[in-house]
Amino acid sequence: MLNINKEVNGKSCVYYLEGRLDTTTAPQLEGDIKESITDINSLVMDLSKLEYISSAGLRVLLSAQKTMNKQGSMVVRNVRDEVNEIFDVTGFADILTIE
Amino acid sequence: MNRSMKEITLEAKVENLEEVLAFVDEILSVYDCPMKTQIQIDVAVEEIFVNIAHYAYTPNVGIAEIQAEVSGDNPKCFSITFIDSGMPYDPLKKEDPDITLTAEERQIGGLGIYMVKQSMDEVDYKHENGKNIFNLKKYLD
Repeated sequence: MLNINKEVNGKSCVYYLEGRLDTTTAPQLEGDIKESITDINSLVMDLSKLEYISSAGLRVLLSAQKTMNKQGSMVVRNVRDEVNEIFDVTGFADILTIE
Repeated sequence: MNRSMKEITLEAKVENLEEVLAFVDEILSVYDCPMKTQIQIDVAVEEIFVNIAHYAYTPNVGIAEIQAEVSGDNPKCFSITFIDSGMPYDPLKKEDPDITLTAEERQIGGLGIYMVKQSMDEVDYKHENGKNIFNLKKYLD
């Protein structure tokens, strides 16, 4: 289960993810991001309620990061310890801007 | 198969991932397993099962048999074995991704098996009697 909430304000967009970002739910987020960030220059991923992420979820974050590198910036914030551990192991802690 | 071993047999398809994770989490729920360890196990199980679902029987769908148990004491050890009769495939042979590259240089993919290798205490693949047999072990301390 993944709940996706977002706030769009002009050219900024904040995503609030709740639950699990895995093989089953990643396509849903990927599709949503693709549609939503075409005119965005500031993307924030709030992960305070994200409990779990697998490689399928990491792929979506990497792809969003690549897009935002071209058109603005992306920040990941409020990461839980368990998810942060996965960012560390995979080197994503260095790729993403984590606040 | 010994008494404490639990088993589930299902079609190797991504739609069944939730059922596989529920099977694993039910086994772990009896033990005082730290959240971090449980998530590492879930991630590893997801990566291996999805790998089988995506590649073992392509383009058909086949069966995956999963056996799991917790054994030993101080520390207890969770062991899970995935068995399929699909194409011989050793995911451990896959080259590790370079995790020092920048976002632009990073490839999408290759991370799953790497995460399994990093987070589990033992990973073992063998091909026997026409079956892929993949075992993971993780100490629950």
